[in-house]
Amino acid sequence: MKGSYDIMIVGIGGQGTILASNIIGEACILEGRTVRGAETHGMAQRGGSVESHVRIDGKFGPLIAPGIADLLIGFDLLEGLRYSHFLRPDGKIVLSERLVIPTSVYVQHLAIPSSEELVKQLSRFDLTLIKAEEIAKEAGSVLASNVVMLGAASHQIPLDESSLIQAVQRLVPRKTIEINTRAFTMGRKVGPGC
Amino acid sequence: MDQRYLLGNEAIALACLESPVGFVSGYPGTPSSEVIEILAAHPDRSSYVEWSVNEKVAFENALAAAWCGVRSLVTMKHVGLNVAADPLMTSAYTGVTGGFVIMSADDPFAHSSQNEQDSRMYAKFAKIPCLDPSTLQEAHDMIRDAFALSEALGLPVLFRPTTRICHSKSNVTVGPVLPYSGKGEFHKDPRQYVVIPAHTRILHRKLNEKQPAVRKRILESGYNQYHFRGKRAIIASGIAAAYVQEIIPPDVSFMKIGAYPIDEEWLAGFVRKHQEVLVVEELFPVVEEVVREVAGTVTILGKKSGHAPYEGELSPESVARIMESCGFSPAVHYSSVQPAPDLPPRPPILCAGCMHRPVFYAIKKVFRDGIYPSDIGCYTLGLQLGAVDTTICMGASITVGSGFSHAGEERDIVATIGDSTFLHTGIPGLLNAVYNGANMTLVILDNRTTAMTGHQPNPNTGCTACGGLSPQISLEALCRACGVAHVEMVDPYDLVMLTAALKTAKSLPGVKVVIAKQPCVITARRAGVRRGKYRVDPDTCTGCGTCIKFGCPAIEQQDEKAWINDLCSGCAVCAQICPAAAIGREVSR
Repeated sequence: MKGSYDIMIVGIGGQGTILASNIIGEACILEGRTVRGAETHGMAQRGGSVESHVRIDGKFGPLIAPGIADLLIGFDLLEGLRYSHFLRPDGKIVLSERLVIPTSVYVQHLAIPSSEELVKQLSRFDLTLIKAEEIAKEAGSVLASNVVMLGAASHQIPLDESSLIQAVQRLVPRKTIEINTRAFTMGRKVGPGC
Repeated sequence: MDQRYLLGNEAIALACLESPVGFVSGYPGTPSSEVIEILAAHPDRSSYVEWSVNEKVAFENALAAAWCGVRSLVTMKHVGLNVAADPLMTSAYTGVTGGFVIMSADDPFAHSSQNEQDSRMYAKFAKIPCLDPSTLQEAHDMIRDAFALSEALGLPVLFRPTTRICHSKSNVTVGPVLPYSGKGEFHKDPRQYVVIPAHTRILHRKLNEKQPAVRKRILESGYNQYHFRGKRAIIASGIAAAYVQEIIPPDVSFMKIGAYPIDEEWLAGFVRKHQEVLVVEELFPVVEEVVREVAGTVTILGKKSGHAPYEGELSPESVARIMESCGFSPAVHYSSVQPAPDLPPRPPILCAGCMHRPVFYAIKKVFRDGIYPSDIGCYTLGLQLGAVDTTICMGASITVGSGFSHAGEERDIVATIGDSTFLHTGIPGLLNAVYNGANMTLVILDNRTTAMTGHQPNPNTGCTACGGLSPQISLEALCRACGVAHVEMVDPYDLVMLTAALKTAKSLPGVKVVIAKQPCVITARRAGVRRGKYRVDPDTCTGCGTCIKFGCPAIEQQDEKAWINDLCSGCAVCAQICPAAAIGREVSR
């Protein structure tokens, strides 16, 4: 029996996975709960595949073992599939519809993955696709896509909505508090379990 | 006392401010870099903070401060400690008066490193204490205790977090930031600080005489603990202790090692109460070797019995597998799931508009048959472009190049090195190459920053760690002072001039230097540089693939034609390589 709720947040360096995981961590502090996390730093951020592990109520190590994550939040279809083995069989995926083709595909003449094919490979999981960029633009900035995704996944996360919103407001740049709060709320409206 | 969600390096930095530390120096290196960045930017900092030119320089600066009675910290990654190993070994002899903590961040699995060495061995080698945290709270508390421990023993203390401490996060209890108001004062004592043979022989004996006190203090620190629960036991250290604690069965005894050297009598008392003991630790069997020494007839399992690996990092699932292979049933079972097969990789890549890409492109054009020694930095990614043949350690592009030259290699040698790495350990290599008459071309990739580790400033940037202005040094004058007769500066975005400069260098004998100069595209964007984007005219594009092979992440392929996405930073190099002249500046309508 594990005592933590384990979330993987995956994407491409620069998409804001670290901010999203920080918001969850901050919300845990607001609720007086323990939390553990692990991130990709350094050169791997240069357009590479990145993963954040967050363990709500975690008391031991920061890493989530494959096959035990409760929730996967993906900012890119390909990255969602790449880390899907971290989910437990009945785990949930909340995934942005965005797909960035890796440059390696063109340079090495690999088969170009299609969105339909990637989604099909994830069909064994409880999967919800989110038009994160469209919603973020509507909220005021495409840069808030990560907060839209967090909002969309928030019904699954065992933290109060108010704690998550307060954490968003504490962590985003002051000028963007309004946009990000809106992005979270709009994301929450389209997420699974609402 | 305050609960916060912190990055490991943030917890370490805050602990320094609580101690409080008076002097901090270091050289950037993943996973250690954030400590100095956080300290330099902290509004309540009262200590001196610097980015030094290399780890040896950083170490000696901090050591001097500790000799003046100032609490000092020096930070680096594990391989940086090799550069600083010379002062490290003798600083144990001289000792310190102010607390001196050496942070050497290890990187099991070499996430961002050239090897997987284990800094705990350096502590043993130098005969100084070593603290090895298993949680972020422990990392925080150990820093605070390390200064006191160093002062009590008069010895430097090695603090050795790993990537999974530095770059993981946790709720951490932190204390108030205290102002540092001390002033360093050096008390002359040649017998202590001038290590001529007559002095150093005595100092070595004194260091050895300190060892029982070191072991006693380590035992009293409480970082090594055990719970006696049954006839079998697991001993774990560092982050592996956290993995073990999550899944250890309730009838198995547990010992956590967080501080070295381990008191052997204390250890023997625990080990000999069991029939079988499994040791779980990353990298070198530092704990296991001591356990085996005191084991008597107790069966010891671990690396030497073939149950645990000597390389790579451990993980919750690998620790569970080690336990299972030794007959311990983990309290949590991890199923062996496989990742989805055959997915296209997404490795880190040089940014769109990075100045390194056209340099590698031009080197490969001009020196088609050349050998390309390179160095440590973002530009090591030139490997993907086939323009990096060797990388071993900081500064070794130049020395490997001159070695090839004198070994009789007849092909052209073109070494590449970044500005920060050149200033770190490149200069002696250049001096040596000129002095000994090597034939080679050196291209300095001058982007004015230490980009790979997060854009830390260096003497070439024009500012210091805390943002103060510094005199801009001239790489050209430095190279000329080393005796290089031919030094040429070029703009790497100007492919014609870049190619011409490389051709000139190729035609000349001796050591030639080409300095390719453009700010890092990330720092340029932050500074507000906007060049306008480029686009491909689909009617003119022949789909030849020349720009695709260039490997810029802004260039995609759609319906057999090239297409430029939003990542374009406007460097215009692709427009210069396109044989059909199909790429031009985007015109707003």
